[in-house]
Amino acid sequence: MHHHEFEKQSGDILTRSFFVLLGLVLIGAVIIVVRFAKGVGAVTNMSDGYPWGLWLAYDVAVGSALACGGYAMGFLIYIRNRMRYHPMIRSCLLTSMFGYALAGLSVMIDIGRPWNAYNFFVPARWQINSVMFEVAMCIMGYTVVLIIEFMPAVLYSLETSKWRRWREFADSLPPFLAPDKERMEAHIERIRKTAGLIRPLLEKVLVFFIALGVTLPTMHQSSLGSLLLVAVTKLHPLWHTGFLPLLFLINCIYLGYAMVVFESIFSSHVYKRPFEIRELSGLGAILPWLTAIWLAVTFGDLAYRHQLAAAFSFDFYSCVFLANVALLGAGSLILTRAKNRQSPRWLFVSAMLVVLGGGLYRMCVYLIGFNPGPGWTYFPSLPEVMVSVSVVAFEILAYQVLIKLVPVFPRVGLHDHGASAATTPKQGATA
Amino acid sequence: MENQSRRGFLKTVGAGAGALAIVPVAQASSEVPHVNDDELGMLYDATKCVGCKACMSACKRENNEKGNLECERAAFDKNETPIWDAPSDLSGNNRTVIKLYKEAGHPWSYVKYSCMHCQNPACVSVCPVAALTKDKLTGVVTYNKSACVGCRYCQLACPFNIPKFQWDRPIPQIVKCNFCKDTYLKEKGITACAAACPTGAILFGKRKDLLAEAHGRIQTFPAKYQPTIYGEHEVGGVNHLYLSGVPFAKLGLPELPTGAPPRFSEKIMHTIYKGFVAPVALYATLCFIALRNLRHDKSLPHPVEKGGE
Repeated sequence: MHHHEFEKQSGDILTRSFFVLLGLVLIGAVIIVVRFAKGVGAVTNMSDGYPWGLWLAYDVAVGSALACGGYAMGFLIYIRNRMRYHPMIRSCLLTSMFGYALAGLSVMIDIGRPWNAYNFFVPARWQINSVMFEVAMCIMGYTVVLIIEFMPAVLYSLETSKWRRWREFADSLPPFLAPDKERMEAHIERIRKTAGLIRPLLEKVLVFFIALGVTLPTMHQSSLGSLLLVAVTKLHPLWHTGFLPLLFLINCIYLGYAMVVFESIFSSHVYKRPFEIRELSGLGAILPWLTAIWLAVTFGDLAYRHQLAAAFSFDFYSCVFLANVALLGAGSLILTRAKNRQSPRWLFVSAMLVVLGGGLYRMCVYLIGFNPGPGWTYFPSLPEVMVSVSVVAFEILAYQVLIKLVPVFPRVGLHDHGASAATTPKQGATA
Repeated sequence: MENQSRRGFLKTVGAGAGALAIVPVAQASSEVPHVNDDELGMLYDATKCVGCKACMSACKRENNEKGNLECERAAFDKNETPIWDAPSDLSGNNRTVIKLYKEAGHPWSYVKYSCMHCQNPACVSVCPVAALTKDKLTGVVTYNKSACVGCRYCQLACPFNIPKFQWDRPIPQIVKCNFCKDTYLKEKGITACAAACPTGAILFGKRKDLLAEAHGRIQTFPAKYQPTIYGEHEVGGVNHLYLSGVPFAKLGLPELPTGAPPRFSEKIMHTIYKGFVAPVALYATLCFIALRNLRHDKSLPHPVEKGGE
């Protein structure tokens, strides 16, 4: 693999934002303890009418789509053969890995009897009519695939790292806790050798995992839409359609690219790195096509089902639907101008709009457009929201730490960026 | 170059989209599913019910232990162990409930809620670990807590909002009527509620007999009853049938289509995943393309031969 394309981010791990994020994570952890001690109802506003709340709608349905950067980029790089995007793959894989792992964690917090989850591995229990079964198996499988896809980076740094942070940590320990120097060196040497042994083997078969990393999200992201197919009488006709799987699939792809743009600009800004304008403008050029297809399918389907009138009736549901369309449309329209695609600011704004619009669509299908019947209402409780916040905080926290331990970011000055290479964050922000 | 790549990209996306798109169009009309009238069912005649709630207490008495049910403490009950059971609705403690519909200027009516034991149960179709099953012979829809993971997809899928979850417990389960399958039905061949009913408002038996009886009643007393039997055709037919003097919607029984929702979702899923051919074909194609791309990639080290730098 192309290890020369990547570099570690320098800097301290224990920054101020580290502790802020850690605080948020701890708040979430306390709420999770209460949930397991006193039941799901003790901390959430979910009810028998709204059995799926924020944790499933946001953390799983939206969160996993926002984590589709690895999928969308994997498709672009390895299948569409756009190798110039390859330096971006690791940061995408990393966010995807956390997004999916934490979506899985959210599910384990959300479900009532998680100790029975082993039943997913008992073939006699498999229920192949269930979309949930397909989604669960596929997401578990994909999380493993993501970890494997990211392993070369970890193995590479285990192999080549000077283990500076570890040594500093060992030196700072009081004498009675400090490990024996010689034994420690021997251990490090052994880890290095093992990593050096495994990595080339893994890299030889990695392409099969890469292909799996494109197959599995195609399956479960469409199935995340199929989950609501059965809610014929509960999901609003604006959203309940046989095209749910297709709409969710396209939705996750443009959300994936939009998140890649968003995260790249954001981290370039935070870490004072040059903007990856050349790559991002390429992604920005793809986005409008995807949203256009999505909108075409949406409106074509509404027309086919004679629901166009409902879309423009300007009641609550219609307004949410139109807001969703407006966000996507505005974000995409900005990107149709080539000049805007060269501006980090416009790229950021449009990616943000697409993320909001695409995310809103999933919230509509899972919560806003869902109505179990008269008498039921749902709005997430504060503890419920805090758990979702802490999940996101943990993702950012883990990302922050790992980019300093493992080479994730594209190496600066790798490509000849031409004019855009000179665009430092400061200039970009004022441009 | 950029244009070409875009076109190619769209082609790839479009091919996949096209393949998926055929499916829903072909399946838009959900067929009327097969109905087995030999299954067990209940007929609740709202005009005969006097609201004594003997069925509710019988249900709880019989299924307390096996159903993991508890008292629903009344607000005024300050005793250490609750002595008042005052459920106001179906819940994690309550498999059946009697309610009263009363509106000024209208005739009043009681109504009994419990699992409808659908011919095509959505809960059974969506359960990922087969914790909910439908008995092939009796048609009883049963819950098995030792399989259940608590995902609550059954609650989302049920058009009647019947399965209830024990939200207030660290070790929760799904609660719903199972026709006393492991308790009263096993011993006496009838459900506890039907046996307890003093007015004969709850009949228990084979669906075909119940339907015949219900149609007979409507024919004999057309002025007394609504002209239809609720549950005969709703969501593909259910085994818990209703007769009523007031419109069913007034009794909180939802107006539902005759097509079974799980047929709609299963058809789409089974078309996409038929024989697991599509995913395997997709994977094989992607492997082939990715391998070819990496091999032709001259600018970077060869991944297959060298495996790295």
